[in-house]
Amino acid sequence: MMIGTNRPQSIDPAKLDRRDAAWLVDKLVQVVVFIGGISGIIFIIGIFVFVTSEGIGFLTSTFKFTEFFGSIQWRPTSNNPTYGILALIAGTASVTGLAMILAVPFSIGAAIFIAEFASGKVREALKILVELLAAIPSVVWGFIGLSIMNPLIIETFGVPIGLNVLNSGVILGLMAAPIMTTIAEDALKAVPDTYREAAEAMGATRWQVVFRVVLPAAKNGLVAAILLGVGRGFGETMAVLMASGHSINLPTSVFDSVRALTATIAAELGETAVGSEHYQVLFTLGILLFLVTFVINLTADLIVKGVRKK
Amino acid sequence: MDRQPSPAIDTQDLNLWYGTFQALFDVNLKIKSGLITSLIGPSGCGKTTFLRCINRINERLGYVRTTGSIEVLGHDIYAPEVELIQVRKLVGMVFQRPNPLPLSIRENILFGFRTHNAGKKITKSDEDQIVEDALKRVLLWDTVSSRLHHSATHLSLEEQQKLCIARLLPVKPAVLLMDEPCSALDPRATEAVEELIWELRGDFTILIVTHNMAQARRASDECIFMLLGKVIEHGLTEDVFISPEHKETADYIEGRYG
Repeated sequence: MMIGTNRPQSIDPAKLDRRDAAWLVDKLVQVVVFIGGISGIIFIIGIFVFVTSEGIGFLTSTFKFTEFFGSIQWRPTSNNPTYGILALIAGTASVTGLAMILAVPFSIGAAIFIAEFASGKVREALKILVELLAAIPSVVWGFIGLSIMNPLIIETFGVPIGLNVLNSGVILGLMAAPIMTTIAEDALKAVPDTYREAAEAMGATRWQVVFRVVLPAAKNGLVAAILLGVGRGFGETMAVLMASGHSINLPTSVFDSVRALTATIAAELGETAVGSEHYQVLFTLGILLFLVTFVINLTADLIVKGVRKK
Repeated sequence: MDRQPSPAIDTQDLNLWYGTFQALFDVNLKIKSGLITSLIGPSGCGKTTFLRCINRINERLGYVRTTGSIEVLGHDIYAPEVELIQVRKLVGMVFQRPNPLPLSIRENILFGFRTHNAGKKITKSDEDQIVEDALKRVLLWDTVSSRLHHSATHLSLEEQQKLCIARLLPVKPAVLLMDEPCSALDPRATEAVEELIWELRGDFTILIVTHNMAQARRASDECIFMLLGKVIEHGLTEDVFISPEHKETADYIEGRYG
């Protein structure tokens, strides 16, 4: 050992231009992470291209705008088939609308409680429970709709069938609430604590702080949370299929059975011949669903970005 | 007996714990009405903690425990029947970083006023007058009067801090607490805010925490020196700076620690 005689050198200058194992690993990880990163984009483009190519045949041939969006005649298997999706749109809209009416107040309320009032163990327990609620498979929700809600609605309201807008709206509301709660809570958490402190120092009570300071400051994030909930409801299939009654109908009350866009695809795609007109129409519905959810999610995303920029 | 006016703030054996950590030890202070009193001392000496006791904003933390009493204008603010909202009406606070609410300038000024006049009918012209008076008092009216509906968070730091002082005035507090109000500002803005604080002297009892020795010296009537949660010295600012009674004070002022 020659301690003290030579200055210890961390690296041999001759080795500087050599690529060692660490360099290789670094490069490898970079490539893997890059592939992972762009795969999301590739998949979404791939899905869109696939859905569009399957549905384009109908769009360019027999597609008639007014009949497609303006008619309630959905008769794909008739000898003289008509494809009017107005009733399906109305079904999806009524179920999603009712779900939002029920879920928005609950989710925002839950988010306010978790973010602003609960503390310590209560908050942690609630957050875990809400996340657990989000993890329940949709077929289980549909099952609850069929076997619990259905008889309950028949008994309570004295209606002949319990599979209707009310049933699926409640189920969908319960499904959308956890994701909305989680995102809304994030939005409330992002409001700087200095605002709360300033307002409290001026004598505001905690409710006043929430209503006059925190909610206005978090409003964009809350709107985004609601929009994502709408997107969730719009795209939900299995639970709606099971709980809505699946009958083509322009609903006039919450006790009418309806059929949703998504449920139609799920129920009919298996029975169609690949490449047939009916098959292509179902894919056209897919394009429509894809575009609507894409726009909803993009809007929500832009709104959240808008929050950050400020 | 001297005809001493009763103090604006009178603390008796004030002790404070954050959990198990004791941050204040038997603080007994009488802070004179209408003067500017500065609180100096090294970081962690308890001066900000003491300040935050006087409008009970410390209690936000939840794990704070206090014993002893604080009287503001003869009222024990820790008495069980006292409502926090009343304490905060009496004692306004300015924070280290300007923290205007993310509302318009006008709404910021009216926030406290509305909180303390809930349920009363106030006309818009009354509100306009309140906003104008408050902003004129902090010398901000000329610069912001044309943009009262703009967001307060877009103002410069100096303007924000002046706004934070202005928004306390409509509820007519007796005491203004200031926690290093200039530490986020540049020297020119510091001068402007200091001038404003001096301007408010007489109408309010002002208690100001500062790290800036020169600021304490030029901008306060009385000075309190704290060390490790205890009050070491309290006197006229010039006495504390020129002929301190305690060695610790002298050492701190000369910059031997802190």
